[in-house]
Amino acid sequence: MFGPVFLAMHIPDGFVNVPVGLVGWALMIVFVGVALRQTGRQLGERQIPLMGVLAAFIFAAQMINFPVAGGTSGHLLGGALAAILLGPWAAVLVMTSVIAVQGLLFQDGGLLAMGFNTINMGILTAFVGYAVYSAVRKALNGTPMAAVIGAAAAAWVTVEAAAAATALELAISGTSALDVALPAMVGVHAVIGLGEALITAGAIAFVQQTRPDLMPQAQASASSTRGTGWIAAGLVIALAVAFASPLASSHPDGLERVAEDKAFIDEAEDAPYSLLPDYTVPGIDNETVTTIAAGVIGVLIVAAVGYGAARVSQREHSPQA
Amino acid sequence: MSDSLSQRYQPGSSPLHRLDPRVKLVVTLILVLGITLTPAQAWPAYPLLWALVASLAALGGTGAGRLARMGSVALPFALAAATLLFTTPGDPAAHVLGLTITHEGIARFAAVVLKSWLAVQAALLLSLTTHPTDLLWALSSLRVPGVLVQILSFMIRYLDTLQDEVQRLNRARAARSASAPGQRAGGNVVWRATIAGHMAGSLFLRSLERSERVYAAMQARGYRGEMRVLAAPPLTRRAVLWGAIPVIALGLIEALAMVWWRA
Repeated sequence: MFGPVFLAMHIPDGFVNVPVGLVGWALMIVFVGVALRQTGRQLGERQIPLMGVLAAFIFAAQMINFPVAGGTSGHLLGGALAAILLGPWAAVLVMTSVIAVQGLLFQDGGLLAMGFNTINMGILTAFVGYAVYSAVRKALNGTPMAAVIGAAAAAWVTVEAAAAATALELAISGTSALDVALPAMVGVHAVIGLGEALITAGAIAFVQQTRPDLMPQAQASASSTRGTGWIAAGLVIALAVAFASPLASSHPDGLERVAEDKAFIDEAEDAPYSLLPDYTVPGIDNETVTTIAAGVIGVLIVAAVGYGAARVSQREHSPQA
Repeated sequence: MSDSLSQRYQPGSSPLHRLDPRVKLVVTLILVLGITLTPAQAWPAYPLLWALVASLAALGGTGAGRLARMGSVALPFALAAATLLFTTPGDPAAHVLGLTITHEGIARFAAVVLKSWLAVQAALLLSLTTHPTDLLWALSSLRVPGVLVQILSFMIRYLDTLQDEVQRLNRARAARSASAPGQRAGGNVVWRATIAGHMAGSLFLRSLERSERVYAAMQARGYRGEMRVLAAPPLTRRAVLWGAIPVIALGLIEALAMVWWRA
């Protein structure tokens, strides 16, 4: 039903290990939970049939292919298209539904791997795609051509982001070597992304010409202030993962494992500076405690940076609201 | 629901078909988890796991051989793990294109592919023996948010309609794409991709219009944002006990695998 190009993105079971799979599920649950809240507040009951039909649309649109060369054909993945047409939160729900149905009914992507499949092809693409599209549109002063160029850029970037994330997750699972898989995935998808860019731009151009009323105008993202409870929940889950991290696996990093086996680890150059060397906090002897402490500090730093970025973007939006 | 969507689902009355979908879903998730947990070098575990999957297949009225063939859908992805062949340090087994394949590399690669193949078969069994509607019902009784389950159910319901729509679009394009023998037709790749984009845009508009009609029709029937379903039948002890059998078998295999490996 789907070509190998498509399969390159849907991680089947067996390729991510259990801790990585569970982290993916935890992240997916948090993001989908926030998305449900956001979209529920915006549109209500009317949203449900709309989202269902649009999820079927993305699924079906992936069947539209075009011949490239030598018998191969390209087709749409749809993450960026969903993000542009529906906004990031609705796109998260639509893409999550697509990936859930592909995994549950068609074995296109695994069940344990579903968390990260959703993140790679649904959540990451929704936010990265929407951000790139909005940035390009703003930079080009919102002309009709800007939307088309923005759509192309967003589509290409989302495919690359998803490919890089996939390579990263496989490497962390110890299923593939990052130094080989990352350049290969990003390189191959740089070409696949061009097809995605052309189709997405074509679709946006078409919608803009025939139904300009449906094109999302620069909607003020006033809703970004909501969901404080979910942010707290996300933080709690991230902290829980940090606490569980030393228990999860004695070989947390596949790459490091390989390096250790090779006895290369001594030859690896030390980073010029390092805040939390080897995910441990200096001065604490117990290995488990220090790993947990490092994880907690890491989570808090990431949360603080994220919160700061959200505040900055909120301030940018507030004059329009 | 038309046949093309339910292509995975095979109607039947086997014991597996009749088992409570909640039990089936949970057992499948546990099987996938257990298969993934198997230590890489615990080779005797893999035939045992396959025997478990095959006997479940027999209970579901599906031939183990057929299931095994269908389970190879995920194998193209094995390319992603192929780097293990070269990057795992160990005894050299062969030299290909100046790269060294190690015995350890072959073992790790084989383990990943085997796990993937077994897990896909477990998931396949679930969709072969469970109607999508029952699966959705199982999801909602396992506390998946109702809104999400409803979106999924609308999606599944309109999947075939929209796939038909795509086939019409593809047919229309093919009908307008005549080419003289031996000559290339249809412009360059960029042009072809843009046409595919226009088709996607057209499909989006048709989908949107259809969703508006669906909503209007649903409202006319008293839809208020929630599906009305009959009360869920209680989970019987019998179903749980049946579900416990493969889980216990899996637990035994995994325990043996860990002992073998660690010893």
